[in-house]
Amino acid sequence: MDYTFQYGQVWPYLPYLVKGAWLSLQIAFLAFCGGMLIGTACAAVKTFGGGWMRRGVNAYVVFFVNTPQLVQIYFLYFALPDMGIYLSSYMAVLLGMTLNAGAYLTEIQRAGFESRRQSEMEAAEVLGFSRWQQIRYVILPHVAKVLFPPLSNHYILMTLGTSMAAIFGVEELTGRAFNINSETFRSLEVFSIVAVIYVVVTLVASVLLALFGRIVFRAKMRVV
Amino acid sequence: MSGFLTELTSLLTQYNLIFLLKGMATTFALSALGCILGGLFGTALAVARLTTGPLTLPLRALALVFTEFFRRVPFLVTLMLCFFVFQFSGLDVSTFTVGCVTVVLIGTAFLAEIVRAGLQSVHPNQWHAAETMNFTLLQTIRYVVLPQAWTVILPPAFGFFILFIKDSALASQIGVVELTYVGKVFNNRGFSAGLSFGVILVAYFMLSYPLSRLGAKLEKKLASSRTR
Amino acid sequence: MPHLELDNISAAYGKLRVLDGIDISVGSGETVGLIGPSGSGKSTILRVLTGLLKPEAGAVRVGGEEVNFDRPAEIRRLRDRAAIVFQQYNLFQNLTVLENVMIAPTKVRGRKPREVRPEAEHLLAKVGLADKMDSYPDQLSGGQQQRVAIARGLCLKPEILLLDEVTAALDPELVSEVLDTIRGLAEDGMTMLIVSHEMGFIREISARVAFMAEGKVVELGSPTQIFDAPEKERTRDFVGKILRH
Repeated sequence: MDYTFQYGQVWPYLPYLVKGAWLSLQIAFLAFCGGMLIGTACAAVKTFGGGWMRRGVNAYVVFFVNTPQLVQIYFLYFALPDMGIYLSSYMAVLLGMTLNAGAYLTEIQRAGFESRRQSEMEAAEVLGFSRWQQIRYVILPHVAKVLFPPLSNHYILMTLGTSMAAIFGVEELTGRAFNINSETFRSLEVFSIVAVIYVVVTLVASVLLALFGRIVFRAKMRVV
Repeated sequence: MSGFLTELTSLLTQYNLIFLLKGMATTFALSALGCILGGLFGTALAVARLTTGPLTLPLRALALVFTEFFRRVPFLVTLMLCFFVFQFSGLDVSTFTVGCVTVVLIGTAFLAEIVRAGLQSVHPNQWHAAETMNFTLLQTIRYVVLPQAWTVILPPAFGFFILFIKDSALASQIGVVELTYVGKVFNNRGFSAGLSFGVILVAYFMLSYPLSRLGAKLEKKLASSRTR
Repeated sequence: MPHLELDNISAAYGKLRVLDGIDISVGSGETVGLIGPSGSGKSTILRVLTGLLKPEAGAVRVGGEEVNFDRPAEIRRLRDRAAIVFQQYNLFQNLTVLENVMIAPTKVRGRKPREVRPEAEHLLAKVGLADKMDSYPDQLSGGQQQRVAIARGLCLKPEILLLDEVTAALDPELVSEVLDTIRGLAEDGMTMLIVSHEMGFIREISARVAFMAEGKVVELGSPTQIFDAPEKERTRDFVGKILRH
């Protein structure tokens, strides 16, 4: 392959790319928070609720988990205008990612709720803990410890997932890579730099999350 | 509503249905290939990371960098890198080939981690016993560890396969004619976006849902089975 | 010349010194017992002798030849000559009893299954498990699994057998079947180094007994000396406590 790498042309764009990475992180964070709200509510319904609410939640989760996020966003962005709902590309991506995250986070949290240990709760009851005290001192710490690692993991996956926003013209990290590519045509340089930025950003996030999880929840987490 | 039904019947011609099925087959083939070849290469990487001694240090480092890199770069970015590498190399390959190389690279990285976790799930005592009987690392893995670890490896590997069916939607970006691309073609032919992508969502669901049910069954069965 | 000789062996896990100048020798066909409190380093000696832990100083000699622990080929040779039986049996869970016994001779040594099979069957009959050859480890009792583990070690035709607390994980009623098997080996003239808490058994079977504490051999002598007339205060304490139980 006779290709001469010329990173010189691309380096000046680094600050521009870093700002794009910041936007990627924002999208991931907002979608994750929204997804957590939906996921917690839906997991509660699946664990404690019944009847039509439970069936509704099941349908939502099963649908979103079994179809691609990309096509979900296509639908929101291109089909909703026909019904008179206009979303900006940013909003369509954010909404799509939030709904998608909500479904996955429902599943993750439900598994966490189900890991409550009967023996510990019985012990707490025998010791005279009230219902609230049981939740506060026995159930929550355990559930948090069990849930934190898979939730962190999903957060990292979501950060990577934000790159599909580029397809809709959102100028996050990957979007900006496409922009620079069409200006400079240094494709391999641009995309390799962007790849490394993703590696660095998610590696830093993984390290921070693992430290936080270990210190706060005593969760067993490792980075590599 | 009647407008929608008219549009639906005009979409569901024999020609379009065959096109749709072909798209489904391509999507399936893409993730199956990524998982099968990725599983083979991933197992090799997982084993490489278990070697000891200074001689194999470069091997371990390479395996570590490979898995961490391709697990931390978005599908779309890896896809573009592969696409441009092939473009500049002057090799005349189909977009499907580019898509395949991408899924194999990513599949290798993720499955390497799944296999490694599986191998590590076998008790250290089993490794030690084999070691004191002079098994080589490969003999230990082949005769003792993998036969015990595969029940741990298979469920998450299958889960990854189902995940890949949906992730490979991004291959449509470089023109691989898989399901998502079929949806875009329908839309470009004048069918409404709601119908075009609605049909594609249903098609993905029909592919992914039975497989995820099968995966859940598999997991239950393996969890209750013996270690052998 | 002793068959197996540990000469001033020291070893550590990281910074924790676990063996501190160990001298023990085992004559050909002799059985030596190792006793002592938990953490005294008894099992660590066996880890060194199977190449799982590299000694920091000192020499291990088998038949007069010193083992160089920096050379993988010499560690392999050591493992060919000395086989170990573990406390937790460590049978391969995915293989039948017969396969467990045959796998190392066939796959590692490259011998023909046709040739190994009668030997394996003979050994399993010898440990009283002729009828369990096609069972899987999890279908056997602990005592049966431990006897399979002994047969597995013997099928490698080792010169020396190392036994690491082989009865410690067993229910009391299963101990005697394993001890009977070992007794038979001693009568056959196998060179053995035995770590055990079964004091009565050690006393009966060993030609010599070493009492260890804190990584050192405190006292080494005949069973009569160690159990009836220990010279060292530390030995007397330990033996006294054990025998009062």
